Amino acid sequence: MSHRNEMETQFLSVPENESFARVVIAAFAVQLSPTVSEIADLKTAVSEAVTNAIVHGYEGTRGMVTMRCSVDDRGTMIVEVSDEGKGISDVDQAMEPFFTTRPEQERSGMGFAVMQTFMDDLEVESAPGQGTLVRMKKRIHAGGMP
Amino acid sequence: MLQFIRDGDRLMVRMAGELDHCCAQTVRRELDALIADLSVRTLILDFTALQFMDSSGIGVVLGRYRQMRERGGQVAVVHMNRHVARIFHMSGMDRVIVNLDDPSPRQAQPNRYQQEAYI
Repeated sequence: MSHRNEMETQFLSVPENESFARVVIAAFAVQLSPTVSEIADLKTAVSEAVTNAIVHGYEGTRGMVTMRCSVDDRGTMIVEVSDEGKGISDVDQAMEPFFTTRPEQERSGMGFAVMQTFMDDLEVESAPGQGTLVRMKKRIHAGGMP
Repeated sequence: MLQFIRDGDRLMVRMAGELDHCCAQTVRRELDALIADLSVRTLILDFTALQFMDSSGIGVVLGRYRQMRERGGQVAVVHMNRHVARIFHMSGMDRVIVNLDDPSPRQAQPNRYQQEAYI
């Protein structure tokens, strides 16, 4: 599958960069003329993945988060958010709705569920000490436009 | 600073901007300071000016819901945009938090996460 366009950006794992990542994904998506709703979906999914990297991957310490994004000829957007943090020992458990390791911080445990709901496809690659890669796909104009 | 209006035992708080992990701590602290007044029985969150919310926002709203429920009070919401309404629905919050815009709150459709009975 050839990529029509791609980009990569790296930023420090500080909470201020959650909104930065949302703005970047929305700006990159514009070339596909997405609907308002599709932009909201992309922003929300990216926000969850970046928050996970900051809160769980680096646990509040400083590291770099990488966001890589491409669009293919069929208008599918592929978004990868990765960190080099502590990794996840049990990915299946982490993806269960309402599972959280931080209830005292009022983490809802809905991050992966939100990504799954708002994107068409979600894959997570992770191992303890190896960091985490979240790969999400979304077909833009899935409803048949334009 | 959150803007709010007090009307008897009801407190309406105007949420604005984006409710993500970055802002959650501040918003949580400000809301908790407002509902520390035990004469507040109903906390109404006005989402007119809220443009974005993710699962960190779910945590903030549910945390306040639990506090209010423990003292026999309740949380209600008003003026959600479509995006915020979707987050509410998928997390099951629309089953426990009254939407003052909804003429028939009991008609809410079940979703795939509600078996979890977490809230």
